[in-house]
Amino acid sequence: MSKNNAFVRFDKVDKSYDGKLLVVKDLNLDIAEGEFITMLGPSGSGKTTCLMMLAGFETPTNGEIYLDSNPISNIPPHKRGIGMVFQNYALFPHMTVFENLAFPLKVRKMTKDDIDKKVDKALSMVSLSGFENRMPGQLSGGQQQRVAVARALVFDPSVVLMDEPLGALDKNLRESMQYEIKHIHESIGVTVVYVTHDQSEALTMSNRIAVFNDGKVQQLSSPDKLYEEPVNSFVAEFIGENNRFDGEVLEVSNGVCKVKIGQGEMLANPISVKSKGEKTTVSIRPERALINPKNKMDNNQKGRIEEVIYHGDHTRVRINLLGNSDFILKVPNSSQNLDIKLGNEINIGWNSQDARALDPK
Amino acid sequence: MSKETQKILTTDGIPLEESLKKAEKKNKIKAFLLVAPLLLYLLITYIFPIGDMFLRSVDDKMVTRMLPKTFIAMEKWDGRELPPEEVFEAFYLDYKILVKEKSFGKLATQLNYEKNGFKSILKKLARKQKKFKEGNYKEQIMKVHKRWANVEYWRAIKRRAPNYTYSKYLKGIDMYENEDGKIVQVDETRRVHKKLWLRTLEIAFFVTLFCFLMAYPIAHLLATLPMKYSNLLMICVLLPFWTSLLVRTASWMILLQQQGIVNDFFVWIGLFADDNRPEMMYNKTGTYVAMTQILLPFMVLPLYSVMKTISPSLMRAGKSLGGTPFVAFWKVYFPLTIPGIGAGCLLVFILAIGYYITPALVGGASGTLISNQIAYHMKSSLDWSFASAMGLMLLAGVLAIYWVYNKLVGVDNIKLG
Repeated sequence: MSKNNAFVRFDKVDKSYDGKLLVVKDLNLDIAEGEFITMLGPSGSGKTTCLMMLAGFETPTNGEIYLDSNPISNIPPHKRGIGMVFQNYALFPHMTVFENLAFPLKVRKMTKDDIDKKVDKALSMVSLSGFENRMPGQLSGGQQQRVAVARALVFDPSVVLMDEPLGALDKNLRESMQYEIKHIHESIGVTVVYVTHDQSEALTMSNRIAVFNDGKVQQLSSPDKLYEEPVNSFVAEFIGENNRFDGEVLEVSNGVCKVKIGQGEMLANPISVKSKGEKTTVSIRPERALINPKNKMDNNQKGRIEEVIYHGDHTRVRINLLGNSDFILKVPNSSQNLDIKLGNEINIGWNSQDARALDPK
Repeated sequence: MSKETQKILTTDGIPLEESLKKAEKKNKIKAFLLVAPLLLYLLITYIFPIGDMFLRSVDDKMVTRMLPKTFIAMEKWDGRELPPEEVFEAFYLDYKILVKEKSFGKLATQLNYEKNGFKSILKKLARKQKKFKEGNYKEQIMKVHKRWANVEYWRAIKRRAPNYTYSKYLKGIDMYENEDGKIVQVDETRRVHKKLWLRTLEIAFFVTLFCFLMAYPIAHLLATLPMKYSNLLMICVLLPFWTSLLVRTASWMILLQQQGIVNDFFVWIGLFADDNRPEMMYNKTGTYVAMTQILLPFMVLPLYSVMKTISPSLMRAGKSLGGTPFVAFWKVYFPLTIPGIGAGCLLVFILAIGYYITPALVGGASGTLISNQIAYHMKSSLDWSFASAMGLMLLAGVLAIYWVYNKLVGVDNIKLG
C-alpha cells in the first residue's frame, strides 16, 4: 500500500465567524497518512478552528478540505469517521467506561461479540483492562484521558484529532501521557492531528509541526528543523529560547550578511533579507554562542556578565552584548575553569551560520 | 479484642467520642437556634393547621352533643324495627331544649347531610311539639309526619351517634355507609367527586405534558444561546412569572373569550365563520391554555439549570463518534437532562393538581378542579369538615405521587436548580 502524502488536505481554506475578521487565512496544508502532525500556536491563532473544520463542527468560509482525496465540507461530522479526543475528555458521564467505548461501535451496528472484542483490545491498549464497569466520575484525570483516547480509537478511524488533550493534567502525568500517546500512534499507525499550545509537547510527540499565528501557518517542518532553522522571527521567538538583535543590513554577499546592531556589527545568515538597508531581527539560540571559544568563530564580541542563574545541569548567564542586556547564554556545568563572575568582561563567539537574519519585528 | 480496648482516649484520658461530642455540642445548639424560628413557624402555620384539619374532618361531636339522651336510649335499640317509646321520649326531651335554644336548625342541616327530608319534618316537629302532652311520645311524634314512622330516618339518626366518623372521606370518593353498614357507591347521578378527581389528575397530567413539550426546546435554547440573546430570552420567560397571577388569568380571559382577540384572528384568517366562533373559555380548553402558560416557568427553570451544566462537547463527541444528531441527542443529551425533567414535572404536576384560581376564573363548569370543590365547601356550603377531608385526601394523593415518583426516578436524581 502506497502512502498517501496528502491524506488530509486543506486547500485554500478561509474561516471567518463574523464576516469581518479572518480567523484562518488561506490555509494550505497536506497531512500524510500515518503522520503525527501538531498544530502549535498561541491561543487565538486559529489552530482549534482548523481542527473543528476538519471534524465537521465548523464549515470553512472558503476553500475545501479533502480526506483521502474526497471533499468533506458537505459531510456531517458523524459520517466523517474521524475520531476525536476533546480538551475536557467529553466522556459520557452517565455511561460506564465500557458503554462509552461501545457507543461508536453500537451506532455502527456491530454485533455484541465484535463490540466486546474491540473494547477489550482498546482498553488493554491504554492499560485500563478491568475498568469496564467504572463510571467516568470514578476515574482519575489521567485515566479519563486514556478512556477518551481509547474511545477515539476503538472504531478504527483513519484520522484521530486531539484538541489539547493533556491540558488538564499535572506535569508528570502529562509527560508520561505524551509518551503513551506517541507509542500508541507508532504501534497502530493512525494519522493524528494534534493541537496544543505547549511547544515541548509538540517537539516531543510530532513528526511535523505546523506553527500557527494570526490565522496562518508560519512554518511547517520537523521538530528539529523548527528549532534549529526557524524561518521567521515569530517562530524563532515562539519555539524554544531565543536571543534577539534588531538591526539594519549593511551588505549581503556570498550567503553572509553584515548587520549593524546599535554601535557594533555582526555577521549573520541572511534568511529573509536580500539587500542593503533592510531592517532585520537576528536570532541566535542560547546554546550556539560560546564563551572563550577554542575554535575560531566568525563573530567575536566582548560582553559584561549581568546575572548568573544556577539551573542544576546548566548555568544561565545573562550578558550585556552589543547593547542587548538580555542576551542569555547556557553554560553546561561540566565546562570548568570559565571565569563566570558577575561584572566580568568575557569573550563570546558564534558562527554567522547560527545567527539567522529574519524579518524585522 | 474487646470493644473497651479499642476505644481511643485523648491525652487527658477522656474517650475520644465523648470529647468530640462535647466539642460539637455548642455548634449543634447554635445550629438548632438558627433553625428554631423556621421550625416554630412551620409548626404554627403548617403542622397545627393540618392536624386541626384532620380532626375537623373526622369530628362528628356536634349531633352527639345535641341529642345526648337520645343516643343513650338508642344504645339498646337494634335498629331493625321502629325504636321503643324511651327513644322517642328522649328525642322529644333533647329536641325541646334545642328548640328553646333556637339551635334546632343546625341539627336539621346535619341530619339532612345524612338523609334528605329531615329538614321539613324537623321544622314541623318544632312547631307541633309545643302542644305535646306528657306520655306516649311515640304516637304523638309519628303523627306529626309519616316519615317519623319510617324506621330509616331513625337509623339515620343513630348513624350520627359516634363521636368520630370517616363518612366525609367516603363522601369524597362518592361512597357512603348504607343502612346495613356496608360501604356502597352513591347513585350514578350524584357521583360528582370521582369525576372531579379524575379530571384533576387528567388536567394536571396534560398540563405537565404540554409544559414539558414547550419548555424543553426553550430551556435548550436558553442554555446554548450566547449570553446576550439568552438573557433576553430569559427575561421573556420570567416576565410573565413576575406578573400577578390574577392579571395573567384575566388577560387570558380577554384573549380567549368568544369576541376575544384569538377568536377574531381565527375568523380573520378564515378558520371559523363569524357566527360559529369556538368556545375556548369556561371549559377545559381555557384551563389547559391558561394553566400551561402560568406553570411554564416552573418547568423551564429546572430544565435550564440542568442543561446549563451539560458541556456542548458531549454532543460533539457523540457526533464525532458516529452518532447521527438524533442518536447523539437521545443517547447522550437527553439522559443527562432527566434530573431536570424530573424536577420540572414534579413541580408542575404538584402545583397543577392543587390549582385553584385559574380554573375558577376560566374553567367554567367542565374545567374546574377538586380545589374548586374544596373552596365551594369552605365558602358556600360551609361543610368545613368535608372540605378538610378532601383537602387531606389531596395532600395524601400528592404524597403518594411523590412516593411513586421517588421509586421511578429517585429523588436524588432531581435537580431543582
